[in-house]
Amino acid sequence: MIKLPGFLHGRHGGLAGILILAAILMIVMPAMLDLYRLNLAGRYLTYAFVAVGLVLCWGYGGILSLGQGIFFGVGGYAMAMFLKLEASDPESTRIQTTPGIPDFMDWNRITELPWFWVPFNSLTFTIIAVLVLPAAFAFVIGYAMFKRRVSGVYFAIITQALAVVLTILIVGQQGYTGGINGITDLRTLKGWDIRDDSAQYLLYYLNATLLIGCVLLGRWVLNGKYGRILTALRDREDRVRFSGYDVANFKVFIFCLAAFMSGIGGAMFTLQVGFMSPSFVGIVPSIEFVIFAAVGGRLSLLGGVYGALLVSYAKTMFAEAYPQLWQVMIGAVFILVVLVLPYGLASVYQRYGKRAVAKLKGSRHPGDTPTPPAASVVPGARRDATAKAGSALPHDSVTEGRP
Amino acid sequence: MSSNTDFLLSIEDLTVSFDGFKAIEGLAFYMDKNEMRVVIGPNGAGKTTLLDLICGKTRATEGSIKFKGKELTRMSEHRIVWEGVGRKFQNPSIYEGLTVFDNLEASYPRGRGVFGALAFKRDEEVIQRIHQVAREIQLDDKLEQEAGLLSHGQKQWLEIGMLLIQDPELLLLDEPVAGMSLSERLETAELLKAIAKGRSVVVIEHDMEFVKSLGGKVTVLHQGKILAEGSMDALQQDKRVIDVYLGH
Repeated sequence: MIKLPGFLHGRHGGLAGILILAAILMIVMPAMLDLYRLNLAGRYLTYAFVAVGLVLCWGYGGILSLGQGIFFGVGGYAMAMFLKLEASDPESTRIQTTPGIPDFMDWNRITELPWFWVPFNSLTFTIIAVLVLPAAFAFVIGYAMFKRRVSGVYFAIITQALAVVLTILIVGQQGYTGGINGITDLRTLKGWDIRDDSAQYLLYYLNATLLIGCVLLGRWVLNGKYGRILTALRDREDRVRFSGYDVANFKVFIFCLAAFMSGIGGAMFTLQVGFMSPSFVGIVPSIEFVIFAAVGGRLSLLGGVYGALLVSYAKTMFAEAYPQLWQVMIGAVFILVVLVLPYGLASVYQRYGKRAVAKLKGSRHPGDTPTPPAASVVPGARRDATAKAGSALPHDSVTEGRP
Repeated sequence: MSSNTDFLLSIEDLTVSFDGFKAIEGLAFYMDKNEMRVVIGPNGAGKTTLLDLICGKTRATEGSIKFKGKELTRMSEHRIVWEGVGRKFQNPSIYEGLTVFDNLEASYPRGRGVFGALAFKRDEEVIQRIHQVAREIQLDDKLEQEAGLLSHGQKQWLEIGMLLIQDPELLLLDEPVAGMSLSERLETAELLKAIAKGRSVVVIEHDMEFVKSLGGKVTVLHQGKILAEGSMDALQQDKRVIDVYLGH
């Protein structure tokens, strides 16, 4: 039984917090960052989709998935396949042995477009695939596991194993997937150059809008009876089961929802970064996603977003200089958060920021102990944190930029 | 063997073995509609296992459990609940992080599917019903309190309330007064007598005073089998019952 500290109860994500997040993403960051750094922030925000999904399924549902990279990858690859096919028209690939197929296929002596690539000629199909495939994968995994009552650490290990399997499959089937290099050199979407400035801005805003949409969706799901049953089954699964609920279905749903969000993140990643590779599918990214959610606060949808931004930014700062050290550092951060701040940065805000805000406003309800929404973000600690991230970004000396 | 469909619950030839150890062996157990039944017996007699078998938590090795003529032994746990069987666990099993109101609402028998729960609206009917049940379990002034802050006895009542809100035809209560003070025990006896009107109740209990105060038929389990059945007064004269249980 996880006993929640009182300050984490209540509704999930005050609208004020979401408005502030929207303002930061839509106004503050575009105003403060140059296009290159905004694009970098946009990439971090694609990870936030996964983190928000993890807050739902891990934080509230108690389902720790160490394989969210699978769904990020499925969404990302679906989008990459469409863009790659568009980039591989017979004209621009005329020097190949077989013109009209992606270059890496030609290098691997494949002479015909594989059947599962064919539907990705259609943008409509691709968008549907991005929205449906990750959830469908999650449904198969979730149904098989949860109906058999596999849970906890066993579930985590199995998802991790699946992430490895998918990575090995992608790397091994070079001719069909682009192998270790991934699918690169993506340029246009229906003739629209996704690399030019206006496209980058537009994609950033689309990304931010979709992310806020996901936060609102998550908030709606948590605020209803479903959300309370979800939390209840995390803490007392038997009581929920013997109150007449098919617990497995409730878990499958939240796992699918998390996968759905991750898939959108993956597709937006591909669009903004211009490539997709197995290094965003395997164990390391999957665990990083969990760390984003843990650092931000696994009971806070907004915390997930800030966690993804801050940790990714830190990674960009340090990983370039000390690539080996970074792995150790991120591990240390994770252990530290688990030990000292089990509810992440969101709990710091709930504990101190809220009080400071109340003081600023002059306490209107004396004696009324607030039990504020877990995910609400208001001008306290977390805005400072984000502002720090925002102002620090410009000094950043790049990392794995665009290929 | 044909089962008598006049019974609300008829258990026949029930056996469950855990790695060869037979926790319940060849048990036959029948309950009428609106009956209050108390099950007593020494530790390890199979009392909790019997309730686990009825509600589907443990699966029978052999035998049948028929509830209103339907076989429960292969039915999934949540279906058994839908059929009208409510189970209270030995330790109070409530959602400590939620309010009393939310605890009761979480058991409200509407919106039990994923999409039903997503679409669930807290309408007047739900609120009325929750207040009604809260009055029955004397927690109507604590609806907004976090359930984890309730006293032990109140937690037990809340769990009973969570079952009542589903209006089950058969209520299985595993030691509902364990850890309660004397006055709480008396109140609980009154509560159980009140809720037994219009439904059948099985109570597992160790406290003989409490068993007497409930009235009704008593079944004595011993080593997975029924040792004796009858009124408490009759059983207190029974040599076998005194030997294995009451004498100690």
